[in-house]
Amino acid sequence: MGDMDRIRWQCRRGLLEMDLILQRFLAEDFDSLNTDERVLFKELLGEVDTVLLAWVMGQEAAPKRYDALIQRLQRR
Amino acid sequence: MGISTRQFDAVVVGAGGSGLRAALQLAEANLRVAVLSKVFPTRSHTVAAQGGVSASLGNEEPDNWHWHMYDTVKGSDYLGDQDAIEFMCRKANEAVIELEHYGMPFDRLDNGKIYQRPFGGHTSNYGERAVKRACAAADRTGHAMLHTLYQRNVRANTQFFVEWMALDLIRNQAGDVLGVVAMEMETGEVCVMHAKATLLATGGAGRIYAASTNAFINTGDGLGMAARAGIALEDMEFWQFHPTGVAGAGVLITEGVRGEGGFLLNKNGERFMERYAPTVKDLASRDVVSRAMATEIKEGRGAGKDADHILLKLDHLGADVIDKRLPGIREIAIKFANVDPAKDPIPVVPTCHYQMGGIPTNMNGQVLAGHNGGAIVKGLYAAGECACVSVHGANRLGTNSLLDLLVFGKASGEQVVKDLASEALSHQDLPKDAADRSLARLARLDSAQSGEDVAEVGAEMRRTMQLHCGVFRFPDSLAEGVRKMQEVGKRAQQLYFKDKSKVFNTARVEALELENLVEVAMSTMVSANARQESRGAHDRSDFPDRNDAQWMKHTFWYKENNRLEYRPVNLKPLTVESFEPKARVY
Ligand SMILES: Cc1cc2nc3c(=O)[nH]c(=O)nc-3n(C[C@H](O)[C@H](O)[C@H](O)COP(=O)(O)OP(=O)(O)OC[C@H]3O[C@@H](n4cnc5c(N)ncnc54)[C@H](O)[C@@H]3O)c2cc1C
Repeated sequence: MGDMDRIRWQCRRGLLEMDLILQRFLAEDFDSLNTDERVLFKELLGEVDTVLLAWVMGQEAAPKRYDALIQRLQRR
Repeated sequence: MGISTRQFDAVVVGAGGSGLRAALQLAEANLRVAVLSKVFPTRSHTVAAQGGVSASLGNEEPDNWHWHMYDTVKGSDYLGDQDAIEFMCRKANEAVIELEHYGMPFDRLDNGKIYQRPFGGHTSNYGERAVKRACAAADRTGHAMLHTLYQRNVRANTQFFVEWMALDLIRNQAGDVLGVVAMEMETGEVCVMHAKATLLATGGAGRIYAASTNAFINTGDGLGMAARAGIALEDMEFWQFHPTGVAGAGVLITEGVRGEGGFLLNKNGERFMERYAPTVKDLASRDVVSRAMATEIKEGRGAGKDADHILLKLDHLGADVIDKRLPGIREIAIKFANVDPAKDPIPVVPTCHYQMGGIPTNMNGQVLAGHNGGAIVKGLYAAGECACVSVHGANRLGTNSLLDLLVFGKASGEQVVKDLASEALSHQDLPKDAADRSLARLARLDSAQSGEDVAEVGAEMRRTMQLHCGVFRFPDSLAEGVRKMQEVGKRAQQLYFKDKSKVFNTARVEALELENLVEVAMSTMVSANARQESRGAHDRSDFPDRNDAQWMKHTFWYKENNRLEYRPVNLKPLTVESFEPKARVY
């Protein structure tokens, strides 16, 4: 499960807001992601926190491919 | 021990604004530089800075570094060293313009110059009225700064070690620093980073408090490393609290909310700031508002079933105004406080925001060997929030931190370049036991079959700090806090986690981080207990006034036996007259 451990660490962020959202997501949602979604989630973690937060807060539109993930993050 | 060694001219620990600025200076001098970071550089906590960076450019209205210096000295409640403050304020314009040339997307005026806005505590003509001194890149100044500096470093061939955690400093018999022991998280492999110069830029440790605006990575690792290596920590009793963090979550609600007409209420629905600051009310400075809130809670007028928070009311502004003038606030409040501020008030508490103290350095980023005189630790430098130069003294002015990163990041980089050119520094032989301390810590953690739970001990530390060493400090409570922290310290030597795997073992990293946090928390509690006055962010109920005759001095805490020593504040600037201490009224 090395990959999961890496993801867990990469959910440590530069913004407290994103720390909190991603912790909840890890605890509640991550296990139910399928393989493709996990790949996408890893890619999402490569984005900068201020941008991520703006997406999750609905202030800016994320690239289409992230839509489903962002919607799930919005519930966290 | 068969652990691998890598050699560099310089190792920089930390890739936030200060580490990147320092590294750039080194890489552009063609030195071999390694920058270590726990997280990808642009994910460092500097990304959180929104307000801006100060510089008396005078693009909007007359301004100059003398006024900036005065504001900083006064803001520090006269605990800042006036030589360092002069240095920083004089270098500010150059630092900001340099960043502009690197490509930082600052907001601009119609005439093309950098746009500037007012910020609390920044004034013209020695306190006369507010001045526009903050330079910003929209509300993403820290983000833009990190990107600009990171790109520049990549171009200059800085070598990044991302997801590497520094564990300990390596010192030889003479006390010189020869590098760090570090762990690659991906493999758990431990490695010696052998360097002529080592620069700590590990940021703050705001996670010692239960209520904190800081991200989880702010665990004071550089401070823990310094403390374990016998180096003092300076002025650790001074922490800035932001009045409006969301109760329970810590997430910051900008001062702008009160600027737009929001105000604070106690449980009786009373607008209590009218009693504490009759003219400016809810717009009083951070420490005044935080103290008033803490008093209300302390005296039983807090809101909620546990009477433990204050209410920030803004529904009277109406949803339209809130959406237009305070974009994002509704979403933040709904998400983190579970209330829609267009209908209900946001529960808030004073929340730990910034660490004024840190690893003692001179103006060139060289780490001081002790409280006496100017002797330095050869080979060791520090910059940014982990360092104490000291420009922020007992209280930091908003936007002065990003400036600190730029000015002292660069100055420390320049000093390293100078020391390497003069051959004052070389690759000294590594002591045989270079990595032993770190390996022993890891071995204990990895072999422990039982012990203390990391999360529980961490929670106990945070509760203790919040309760006994928060905005207001009471003598009995501080003494009790020291006792409790000693307990926490003992428990922290017995940490245990179940998963012993090597690969990205977050549990192991969190245990190592907690060991660092505990050093910081201990230094804070012990230093606060000893300082018998109120100054800046340190507020004692039994000594409500500032006492310049006895306490205009910096605290130096040493880990061994929690020893405290003191060092006089430097009141003598470099070229101008000293600013004599006055009462700090706004
Ligand atoms: C919400 C918020 C808003 C703010 N807004 C402003 C503002 O508008 N203006 C202003 O002037 N200041 C502001 N501040 C303060 C300012 O952002 C910080 O003081 C500053 O960014 C700290 O920068 P730094 O370079 O010292 O450290 P950081 O940016 O925190 O970087 C620390 C680096 O060290 C690395 N590191 C830490 N430990 C280790 C280790 N053991 N091994 C390897 N790497 C390690 C981390 O990975 C990271 O790269 C704000 C602070 C907060 C919390």
